[in-house]
Amino acid sequence: MAARITPDDVAKVANLARLRLTDDELDRFTHQLSDILDHAADIEALDLAGVEPMARPVPLANVFRPDVPGTPLDRDEVLDAAPAHEDGLFRVPPVLGEAP
Amino acid sequence: MTGPGATTARDIAAGVRAGELSAVAVLDAHLERVGLREADIHAFNHLTEAAARATAATIDARVSSGDDPGPLAGVPVALKDNLCTHGVPTTCSSRILEGWCPPYDATVVTRLAAAGAVAVGKTNLDEFAMGSSTENSAFGPTLNPHDLSRVPGGSSGGSAAAVAAGFAPVALGSDTGGSIRQPAALCGVVGVKPTYGTVSRLGLVAFGSSLDQIGPFSTTVADAALVLEVIGGHDPGDSTSIPAPFPSVSDHLDDGVAGLRVGIITEMMGEGIAADVAARVRASADALAAAGATVEEVSVPAVMYGLSAYYLVAPAEASSNLARYDGVRYGLRVDAPTTGEMMERTRTAGFGDEVKRRIMLGTYALSAGYYDAFYGKSLRVRTLIRQDFDAAYERFDVLLSPTSPTTAFPLGDKTADPLQMYLNDVCTIPTNLAGHPAMSVPYGVGDDGLPVGVQVLAPALGEVAMFRTAAVLEGSLS
Repeated sequence: MAARITPDDVAKVANLARLRLTDDELDRFTHQLSDILDHAADIEALDLAGVEPMARPVPLANVFRPDVPGTPLDRDEVLDAAPAHEDGLFRVPPVLGEAP
Repeated sequence: MTGPGATTARDIAAGVRAGELSAVAVLDAHLERVGLREADIHAFNHLTEAAARATAATIDARVSSGDDPGPLAGVPVALKDNLCTHGVPTTCSSRILEGWCPPYDATVVTRLAAAGAVAVGKTNLDEFAMGSSTENSAFGPTLNPHDLSRVPGGSSGGSAAAVAAGFAPVALGSDTGGSIRQPAALCGVVGVKPTYGTVSRLGLVAFGSSLDQIGPFSTTVADAALVLEVIGGHDPGDSTSIPAPFPSVSDHLDDGVAGLRVGIITEMMGEGIAADVAARVRASADALAAAGATVEEVSVPAVMYGLSAYYLVAPAEASSNLARYDGVRYGLRVDAPTTGEMMERTRTAGFGDEVKRRIMLGTYALSAGYYDAFYGKSLRVRTLIRQDFDAAYERFDVLLSPTSPTTAFPLGDKTADPLQMYLNDVCTIPTNLAGHPAMSVPYGVGDDGLPVGVQVLAPALGEVAMFRTAAVLEGSLS
């Protein structure tokens, strides 16, 4: 049987999910994900053309809170929980190009 | 039992409120049990002994001054370590959140405190609640108090084990595909997954947002009802919270099941279900019939597709929810010259294998070319499952099944084969996909002498019938 998912597919989704895999991991995850997708063949075979999708169990939509000021989280406490912060902002390594 | 060793939340709260029992003495009795067995069981990631003592002393002082601390006065409670606790480490049993202290309390934590409960610690889980054995914890597995060579189930294995070992009379867990009910069954305690939307998810670290629901563990059905009444009801901080109070179930625990229509789910009694477990479910059905219920078998065909749909929907939602762990705002950061590389190194070092597997599976199911075949199809299967349940509930008030296909299995038995591990959830998953309530009630032991749980399922907001059934099952054993 043709493989459900190839090592290339797994490498691609790992990259999309910002995960780096070793060669051993790539091989193992490819086999395991194939097994799981094989199990899903039972629903792949179903004809569900007339069936509506159900994304959530409770049909609540556009739930808004009253537009009144509340007590937000303490800014210093939030920042102190971050790996790095500076001048009231989260600090990260350079996003584009080299550091100045 | 009404002394400091009282084992139910109801007895403890009654004693403390009446001034006959000291919250500090109750706490000490439970911490003594923790001291004796926690090193073997590893139910907790983090104990909050000092804070618990201070809270208990405050409860006692309030009672002395004529105050009523509330319906859970002086009741020790253990919290799954994916519930945010202000200033107290909340790790989700993941390296990526090791050492993180949330800046706020989950709504359920606030409500427990307001009802007089005493939080004793944060319990172990499969990393980010992904697993059925608590072996996926970055901090080591929890062991089953009934047999230390067996798993406690998962993902809320620490909470189930804590209650089974008498470390706390009640605990909270979260249930995305069975993570409260399955460990409750394997540890021989009561575990409830309430109707989606009845308990606020604010402050529950998100896994599968359309499936996640918080619920209680306890040794008695009445204690589970008491805790649900405290934590349930509308929360404006959760947009999926049903805008209504939680119905009183405690008032109906003595109503019995005379005239109640009970259906045994045919699809959950055959292949893949251990014979000794199925026998206990039949025994529970006999007990309900003897108490005046009508019992029949009923087919709910679409539940057979639950496992496949769940293992696409839950990973899809998880891949989105876990995108937030990027080394920027909280938790682990592995430094690198650029932000993109920092994020990749952080996530690669911070997540365990099962979490990576589900993130990749979900990313795949949501990616271009596969979205309709996998994610879209799974959402349609959810509708099928709900329709088949709806049809069954036209003829029945509650349904019965095993909670787990087997009793507690040996550690290491299923860790090499994720699909085998996933098959543990086959009886519990359809409930989450439908958004319905279900609970596990201990009902004797299997051939190996280990606990068996019977699952009572009900339609959305059918908690009263579900608890009436559970109460009769509990009573039929004593």
